Amino acid sequence: MTHQIVSPKLCLLIFAILMVLTASNVGVAYVDLGRLNVIIALSIAVCQALLVILYFMQVRYSSQLTKLVVVAGFCWLVLLIGLTLSDFLTRDWLPLPEGW
Amino acid sequence: MSEHPAALAHQFDDIEQQHEAASLGMWLFLVTEIMFFGGLFLGYTIYRSAYPNGFAAGSRSLDVKWGAINTAVLIGSSLTMALAVRAAQLGKRKALVGFLLLTMLLGSVFLGIKVKEYDEKWVHHHVPGGSFHFEGPHAQEAHLFFVFYFFMTGMHATHMVIGIGIFTVLTVKAWRGRFTSLYHTPIELAALYWDFVEIVWIFLFPLLYLIGRHQ
Repeated sequence: MTHQIVSPKLCLLIFAILMVLTASNVGVAYVDLGRLNVIIALSIAVCQALLVILYFMQVRYSSQLTKLVVVAGFCWLVLLIGLTLSDFLTRDWLPLPEGW
Repeated sequence: MSEHPAALAHQFDDIEQQHEAASLGMWLFLVTEIMFFGGLFLGYTIYRSAYPNGFAAGSRSLDVKWGAINTAVLIGSSLTMALAVRAAQLGKRKALVGFLLLTMLLGSVFLGIKVKEYDEKWVHHHVPGGSFHFEGPHAQEAHLFFVFYFFMTGMHATHMVIGIGIFTVLTVKAWRGRFTSLYHTPIELAALYWDFVEIVWIFLFPLLYLIGRHQ
């Protein structure tokens, strides 16, 4: 790993963006947007997580192998959540056949 | 081999390779943590979609003010931890100790606020169990919400207590000058752990406190 030293300026910038995103997440939560509320709240959280992973956890400056492990980790999470919800959220789509 | 730094274990070619191996191992551990918390987030999502009204009612009874303050405190502690890593990379011993102490302080503030929130839940009988009581038509569903609330925030807080314990050890070592600009891997690994715990909270905060707030 090349020892990239992140400048304090960049750290403060990331910190400021994370704070602004938190504030906007709280603000948006009080506006009724229907189903969009969940999507916006989680999108903001994903953006914050990405900033933390890339800069504070320095994955952006890490080796290809480390990046692969990180991406693979989140792929397993997507599989876990995606496949389970594809079952639970689609159970009422079709009526049960007679005799069940 | 012209030189062999004291911090370099014999099985590694050089300090870079040693650092790479340690960092990779830490990430593998964090992947297991992702799956651990991922299971909790998945369970929460399933039950929230099954009982949206009760979960929203339970969520609205939480105090957004404390949740938001805690989010800010935790983001602040990630900043001080990033600066601690930088101080370690530059070999600045006093700055490293200072930022580690600051990170522990902010972590403790978070836990203090969490204790205050738990105490409020206790007073209002919102702690799951025999004495649970919730006003409104969705008391049973809200009961389930609070099971998730206490388990998820409890697991998160446990990770923070462990993190503060790790920082205590590292601060003592840093004070004694065990870390140099050449060798400071434990500081970087602790930062990875701390930032992971922060990411868990980044998702817990909107899921527990914010979604359903507008209703």
